[in-house]
Amino acid sequence: MPNKIHIPTPLRPFTDKQDAVEVNGATVGELLADLTTRHAGLRKHLYTDEGRLRNFVNVYLNDEDIRYLQREQTPVKAGDTLSIVPSVAGGAPASAVDTAPALSSEEIKRYSRHLILPEIGMEGQRKLKASSVLCIGAGGLGSPAAMYLAAAGIGRIGIVDFDVVDFSNLQRQLLHGTPDVGRSKLASAKDKINALNPHVQVDTYEVALSSENALDLFAPYDVILDGTDNFPTRYLVNDACVLSGKPNAYGSIFRFEGQASVFATKGGPCYRCLYPEPPPPGLVPSCAEGGVLGVLPGIIGVIQATETIKVMLGIGEPLIGRFLIYDALNMKFRELRLRRDPECPVCGDNPTVTKLIDYEQFCGIRPEPAAAPTTGGGVSDWEITVQELKQKLDAGETPFILDVREPNEYQINRIPGSVLIPLGELPRRYQELPKDREIVSQCKMGGRSAKAMDFLKSVGFTSVKNLKGGILEWVDKIDPSQPKY
Amino acid sequence: MALHLEGGVNESIRQHGVETYPNECCGALYGRDGVVSAMFALPNTTEEGPRRRFLVRPQDYREAEARASALGAELLGFYHSHPDHPARPSQYDLDHAWPFFSYIIVSVRGGVPEDMTSWRLLEDRSAFDQEDLTHA
Repeated sequence: MPNKIHIPTPLRPFTDKQDAVEVNGATVGELLADLTTRHAGLRKHLYTDEGRLRNFVNVYLNDEDIRYLQREQTPVKAGDTLSIVPSVAGGAPASAVDTAPALSSEEIKRYSRHLILPEIGMEGQRKLKASSVLCIGAGGLGSPAAMYLAAAGIGRIGIVDFDVVDFSNLQRQLLHGTPDVGRSKLASAKDKINALNPHVQVDTYEVALSSENALDLFAPYDVILDGTDNFPTRYLVNDACVLSGKPNAYGSIFRFEGQASVFATKGGPCYRCLYPEPPPPGLVPSCAEGGVLGVLPGIIGVIQATETIKVMLGIGEPLIGRFLIYDALNMKFRELRLRRDPECPVCGDNPTVTKLIDYEQFCGIRPEPAAAPTTGGGVSDWEITVQELKQKLDAGETPFILDVREPNEYQINRIPGSVLIPLGELPRRYQELPKDREIVSQCKMGGRSAKAMDFLKSVGFTSVKNLKGGILEWVDKIDPSQPKY
Repeated sequence: MALHLEGGVNESIRQHGVETYPNECCGALYGRDGVVSAMFALPNTTEEGPRRRFLVRPQDYREAEARASALGAELLGFYHSHPDHPARPSQYDLDHAWPFFSYIIVSVRGGVPEDMTSWRLLEDRSAFDQEDLTHA
């Protein structure tokens, strides 16, 4: 059964003045193909020379723009109606592209593989040179993203970070090399980018991104690339992107799994449309606690860089309204469909978040209690320092040292005499613990062991202390012969 | 080809260009047989900087077309302003033009309307042809 296509005024001379034409096909693309076969004069006004629908040609299936369906692959049913609706656009000369910087002959040579791509070409490459991106973090995701964006010829790359390069970064953060250990990540990143491409301007911001500085930092950039590793900053980046109208090239990684999307574009969803509320603190471990495959950020960071370039150039189908999930162990990509939530507190129709908030509090991470009861040593009575623990052991005391990390962490380093019961097994194994001895709960840095302590107190243990700073502090201060991770 | 603007249309287009200066204005032209009897101002919804661009969204276009039948007229084309630029079509205008429509451009310099011209896309999309523009 034929379907009807509505023809707009300027195209009716090609359809013998008819405002609607009946055509056959199973998809939107087939209907359009049938239309341009019957009325060949339409073709060059609807399609580019390369055979793509012109970007000012809008096609609606009933009342839905096919860009939000499956584009030309959208299947059609009997009775469906297609409408060709023009966007009418124009303007004075001297656009962003007209005023975009010219390329030197060295740059033309450097970008030649871009210049011969019809989708980029000279115009696109000049656009990239006129564009800017702000990378939040120069770590696992920021490294490959910034390196590829620099090589691709983005004119200005800003980086926000305040960390120092550590040996444990080198397994995945390729902006930094072994000689950089101990240097600021920004200094190391800037050197690396300058060496890759001296035509890129690198702006560095040695600050922690905060609600106070985010909007000012974002203002001079076209796209924000989120390479953060924690929830408070992730929500902060999202909200600041929505409030300042900047696209957020999002990525995150954990163990063997990565995620990517493009949030906060006009009309597109934001991170909060997907996750309105953060997970309870501690439920999702960080990469420092849970580990991460070193090559994983290479994939996800490069996806973020790809999307950044596509958004800057307006080419292809950006990852807007699509949430990509990558599983490295099974080598599988999955995709979830996302829509802007009209009820979203930030990007919805009636937003309740209209300025940046306290994201630590929003994510349930309270600052350490300032006036915790303290003993003479300056440490609260629910904490013990590594020095105090060493003194006890040296004095012949025998506290029960409970290590709540995972077995593979226990293999790397341990406090002599400690007993391993991973946090997740504690609720069914706590009866293995002695009731009559002092228990010192310990993990990598002190977070999981504090939860273990709380749990043990809740089931009746009275003499439990948390080892401040965990095994890392122990290795630093007491036993430097052991490795750190 | 020639386009004639009936009473009031010429002044209304110029006035719209003054109101939105330094941004571009845009709107629809209605009439029949080369005579524009009515104009209708439309919102400039461009996201690329309204000083150099205009965009009529699909939903506004649909309404503009529906308005033509309500007026018993045809949608003849669109007008827009070039703030501080000559009344000549840009490459961008050409890239985005539709056939058979008349495109009126009014140059507005320093907030004062100056030249007004009208253009039609050549059948092969290679260029615009200027059409004579007269008004009451």
